[in-house]
Amino acid sequence: MTTVADRSMTLALRAIRQIAGSEVIDRVGLRGPAERALYAASKNGMSAAATAGRTFTVVTKRGAAERPRTANPTGLFDLTPDDDQQMIVEAMKEFAAAELRPVALAADTACAAPAELLASADELGLATLGVPEDLGGSASERSAVTGVLVAEALAHGDLGLAVAALSTSAVPTALGLWGDAGQQATYLPAFTGDEVAVSALAILEPQPLFDPFALRTTAKRAGEEFVLDGVKALVPRGTEAELFLVAADLAGRGPALFLVPTSGGGVTVAPEPGMGARAAATATVTFDGARVPASALLGEGAREVYAECVHRARLAWCAVAVGAAQAALDYLIPYVNERVAFGEPIAHRQAVAFSVSDIAIETAGMRLATWRAASLADAGKDFLREAAVARQLCATHGAQIGSSAVQLLGGHGYTKEYPVERWYRDLRTAGVFEGALLV
Amino acid sequence: MINLETPKKFRPLIGQAHMVAQEVLRPISRKYDTGEHERPKELDFLAAVLDGMEDSGATSGAGAAGAGKGEDKPAANGTDPSATKNGSNLSTALSIMEMCWGDVGLLLAIPGQGLGNSAIAAVASPEQLKEFGGRWAAMAITEPEAGSDSAAIRTTARYDEATDEYVLDGEKIYVTAGERAELVVVWASLDRSVGRAAIKSFIVERTNPGMKLDRLEHKLGIRASDTAAFILQDCRVPASALLGSPEVDVKKGFGGVMQTFDNTRPLVAAMAVGCAKACLDFTRDALNEAGVTIDYDRPALAQSAAAAKFLAMEAEYDAARLLTMQAAWMADNRKPNSVQASIAKAKAGRTGTDVAFGCIELCGAAGVSETELLEKWARDVKILDIFEGTQQIQLLIIARQLLGLTSAQLK
Repeated sequence: MTTVADRSMTLALRAIRQIAGSEVIDRVGLRGPAERALYAASKNGMSAAATAGRTFTVVTKRGAAERPRTANPTGLFDLTPDDDQQMIVEAMKEFAAAELRPVALAADTACAAPAELLASADELGLATLGVPEDLGGSASERSAVTGVLVAEALAHGDLGLAVAALSTSAVPTALGLWGDAGQQATYLPAFTGDEVAVSALAILEPQPLFDPFALRTTAKRAGEEFVLDGVKALVPRGTEAELFLVAADLAGRGPALFLVPTSGGGVTVAPEPGMGARAAATATVTFDGARVPASALLGEGAREVYAECVHRARLAWCAVAVGAAQAALDYLIPYVNERVAFGEPIAHRQAVAFSVSDIAIETAGMRLATWRAASLADAGKDFLREAAVARQLCATHGAQIGSSAVQLLGGHGYTKEYPVERWYRDLRTAGVFEGALLV
Repeated sequence: MINLETPKKFRPLIGQAHMVAQEVLRPISRKYDTGEHERPKELDFLAAVLDGMEDSGATSGAGAAGAGKGEDKPAANGTDPSATKNGSNLSTALSIMEMCWGDVGLLLAIPGQGLGNSAIAAVASPEQLKEFGGRWAAMAITEPEAGSDSAAIRTTARYDEATDEYVLDGEKIYVTAGERAELVVVWASLDRSVGRAAIKSFIVERTNPGMKLDRLEHKLGIRASDTAAFILQDCRVPASALLGSPEVDVKKGFGGVMQTFDNTRPLVAAMAVGCAKACLDFTRDALNEAGVTIDYDRPALAQSAAAAKFLAMEAEYDAARLLTMQAAWMADNRKPNSVQASIAKAKAGRTGTDVAFGCIELCGAAGVSETELLEKWARDVKILDIFEGTQQIQLLIIARQLLGLTSAQLK
């Protein structure tokens, strides 16, 4: 691990541009992918008590919470990221190409991201991209658009690893957006300090036709406390997490978000590998009489806060789907030009070429719909409808793009020698997720 | 800075276009669908109103004439030349969406709003703009033996040194507004042995005795818009009627004439977007009356099948609309947009038809009956996946550019 002094230099994402494309990239880039050790995945599938995480001492703080600034739109239609965004995205693209793509298959197989990679992500300040500078975060100006661009760039390297790297940022982002001064003071230091805490936003539940507005997980008042019961599915890095932000139905009030540290007990976790996003080490998290203080309720339990959280999470999943779809397109273009059948490249056949065109068309549409919703969020406007549109497009076309990509590679596409089958699994998976990520 | 909302400065224009669509076009939609080949007199008045709209705003208006070269005016938000511009390509696309929410066929029949006007706006010299600007211009590309394969057109243009004229000979079909326009932009080859590089466009006065109206088509939709066929026989035009450069540059190939499409394809995409919006608005109301509510929060599949279908169609509509705005915005900012123009056209073209048919499915009898306009929109919208390049042509263009293939490699 790096020293505190080093970290203070590299923590902020802003620092990327100051240290010329990131020291981290250069440093890790010297080593070959094969040399990188991977976390051994927990294969036994047994439930275990959650990681004995740190104890969060509740801080009571009055006064206004620090809020991320919202950007001020010019009113003009514009698809140009601002200078800061361009620099961050360039750095993330390099990071994704150099650090994510080469280890993607190994991480997918192991159901875990390499420890070094996660440490690099922490150093890059990814965890606090959604937290304002005043609170020690790395966002000079908090922006859902920036979050979307970063997620897209990382997922171009690998969707599963992007989820692994970004999932722990969901809780600090939520604290920055909706936490009160006390909640921010209690929990944010765990993400801005030396050892970045692993945390997860747990919304998805295992039942079919899951509706985030009709939760089975419940929170009941018991004196000055809430007691949580229920099961959350496919929680990224759930076995490592020290702090969960849990969606639960608050009796009589509807769905709300609760900060639940594992140190309080009542939380069990079990690895739950899925078809896709495997590098994110997904887990089932069970709350069985988990008790939290009244101060654990985020955003005073307001319906708008919860709805906005669901919508922002959907946008983050759209962004990683766009990144993976673009990766598939970028991979297919040289492949169909080089693969020869019947005496000429298969790209010369309309049946193949038109499939490539369709992937380009739908990826472009997915991206614009996602950007639109994110830019509305940044402008402080309602983006309920636009988030739904983006999700519909990314779920439908994302899955189709994964399927088309495998189809175009034929037998090759079905084997693990090529990355395409992973995009097939990841893109199908991205369309069903709720929560876990946040922009 | 990323923002995909309708620019504030265009909202008054768009509002006016919507009013025109609702108050002027829709009330006469059925009349001119039934009375094919009747000239919609109401539109003469409308052309004057549109001219007024264009003159009143710094930016241009509701018809095809607005699309053109990127705006040269400094950006409104300061002196930074790198700042984004929202110009006439975007404003035109947005107002066309509104007008086609009213009626696609009638939009195409509004005097002065022909696709020939876009060609003139895109490539005309200042002198030509002075002579031909502001006059209604149709576009004549297709021939009986050359549809999508516009490089194969047989109409010839021979230069007559004695009179400094070009002499056009050939046959043109599917000329939108060909009967009623004042000008027809005719594509012809200066030298058929050279192929596409020799294809040029010429502005022909509709009154030219060498260009004879052969017939008007009877069509599936856009019946308010006349579709003409012409015979060109010893049709003489002054040398100054040639649009762009008279040089036959084999290296540049189609350049001049094809660049028109980069401006017009987003506009045809905008027509499909507007028509799709009309279908969706009608269907949303019909579903509401039937007690079906559409919830953007709940998963689509946890709602009724009708609501899920509607949500899916609405999403495709949004994608088509945003892709259209992107292509137009790129044109305004002088970014090469051939791929995006074709992406917009392909997406909007197929989405328009899919949405119209999906809406009919949801509305049932009301979707098919002539008591409502939905069945008409479904007939109208199909042309938008055909003219200015069919769906398949757009897919070819996109693929060739992405894959770096020539038309000989990817046929």
